[in-house]
Amino acid sequence: MPRVIFVTPDGTRTEVEGVAGDSVMATAIAHDIVGIVAECGGSMMCATCHCYVEDAWSARIGQRSDGEEEMLESAACEVRDTSRLSCQITLSSDLDGLVVHLPDAQT
Amino acid sequence: MVGTGQGAFQLAASLRDEGFIGAITLIGEEPGLPYQRPPLSKAYLDEGRDDRLLLRPESFYARQDIALIPGERVVEIDRGAQRVVTRSGTRHTYDHLVLATGARNARPPIAGAEAPGVLGLRSLADARALRAAMATAQSALVIGGGFIGLEFAAVARAAGRVVTVLEAGPRLMARAVSAAVSARFLDLHLGMGTQIVLGAPVAAILTDGTGRAAGARLLDGTEHRADLVLLATGVRPNTELAEAAGLSVANGILTDVHLLTSDPAISALGDCAAVPQGDAAVPLRLESVQAATDQARAIARRLTGNPAPYTAVPWFWSDQGTAKLQIAGLTAGATETERIYPEPDRTVVFCYRMGHLAGVETINAPGDHMAARTLLALQPGITRAELAERGHDIRAMAKAAKEARS
Ligand SMILES: Cc1cc2nc3c(=O)[nH]c(=O)nc-3n(C[C@H](O)[C@H](O)[C@H](O)COP(=O)(O)OP(=O)(O)OC[C@H]3O[C@@H](n4cnc5c(N)ncnc54)[C@H](O)[C@@H]3O)c2cc1C
Ligand code: FES
Repeated sequence: MPRVIFVTPDGTRTEVEGVAGDSVMATAIAHDIVGIVAECGGSMMCATCHCYVEDAWSARIGQRSDGEEEMLESAACEVRDTSRLSCQITLSSDLDGLVVHLPDAQT
Repeated sequence: MVGTGQGAFQLAASLRDEGFIGAITLIGEEPGLPYQRPPLSKAYLDEGRDDRLLLRPESFYARQDIALIPGERVVEIDRGAQRVVTRSGTRHTYDHLVLATGARNARPPIAGAEAPGVLGLRSLADARALRAAMATAQSALVIGGGFIGLEFAAVARAAGRVVTVLEAGPRLMARAVSAAVSARFLDLHLGMGTQIVLGAPVAAILTDGTGRAAGARLLDGTEHRADLVLLATGVRPNTELAEAAGLSVANGILTDVHLLTSDPAISALGDCAAVPQGDAAVPLRLESVQAATDQARAIARRLTGNPAPYTAVPWFWSDQGTAKLQIAGLTAGATETERIYPEPDRTVVFCYRMGHLAGVETINAPGDHMAARTLLALQPGITRAELAERGHDIRAMAKAAKEARS
């Protein structure tokens, strides 16, 4: 069960147990994490699941998927090098303990 | 709210986001927590994961103090007393009522359409039944070449079923997309090995010895047999409740630009509502997640003291096989279209109305889609001449527009 740690802009950390194969977005929604909206349900249509992957994880998390870069341009908050759409990050045992930071706003 | 679908859920969530502290009650006919429909014709058919459909877990409703009453149909609106009555006889009063009753599958005039085994795809219950039927079927017959029929066809074909799509019209998804996009998707489905029959109006459902659906007969007498029959010929808005209460209804519950019905204490949104949209001649019923959610946000702002006319740019998507179709704007009323291929597997179709950009259809071109959404929100709109002058580089144009704004 890969764990994911969500960090709100004010520094509050919430650790949840995810399921390998699920996206970080789906994990956030299933655990009622405030700050991931995911209006399109993971279809890469809305950019309301934006998150910042903690630096230490950036290398392991892999590349942005096809089209993700372009969708990120529409994110409500600043896009940084660590920005990802959380619906495009798939959990696996390799990512156990993944830390993602939530932006100030999604819409 | 009447309904516990995408729109009602969003309205409840947005009301709390906007600081609304009053009581919020959602009464819906379907069992369980609010869920999303788009995956029902896509990932769900393959994975069968109910938990992935939920819009939010149960704890969300408790935390946000949102009362959910599932499995309960509202049967009457008493506008004088400002209350609704449910099938079980419970009464609920309201200061403001929002009709978010969605739509249901249309039943076209096809003989035998009521036969057991004729499946539809609107609800989770439908999707479960369809998945179960798929598990044992070798072949599937889809009546209707619209989004839902074609999404199902792509999944069924990828799962190795023999798939035939019967479409009454001369091209696929004709109601919603340009001829250029129809043609691309025809190629895509044929390439997947799906049989597509255009100009094929179905006259009757064929049954097997036990009376179960086993195929369809066309008007010209041709018969197509299959183990599974999916009827996907569009939807009808759920307007009966509004009509019985004397609200104005014309292909949807009529609203003004603030999503108010003809009763100032009642709003309507989503698939059941016909809403004025840009310069469209008649109010439009947009069957999309975007319409339901943006309309919900507009109502939430109005009910918390920040009214503004609803002007959101419509957008929509459909995933079929390897192709992601995205539509921005109102392409249906277009008078001219123009197709551009930025790269071989990317398609961008510009749709114009009277020389102005009305919408953009893209296939596997999300950046162009997002740019189109930015440009279509601009006032005044973009002209066809301007686009030509800028070499149709809508991404550069959108970037410039964003920079000018900030
Ligand atoms: C299979 C499928 C795939 C789709 N794919 C996409 C897609 O890819 N992209 C996209 O943008 N859109 C898609 N859509 C459309 C999108 O799901 C709808 O536009 C959206 O759900 C509309 O939300 P709504 O709240 O208006 O209605 P709904 O979500 O339909 O909710 C209405 C609810 O009201 C209930 N109800 C009706 N009458 C009563 C009553 N009298 N009392 C109590 N409850 C009542 C209904 O049971 C229903 O639960 C798809 C739809 C389907 C069915
Ligand atoms: S959930 Fe919409 S883009 Fe990720």
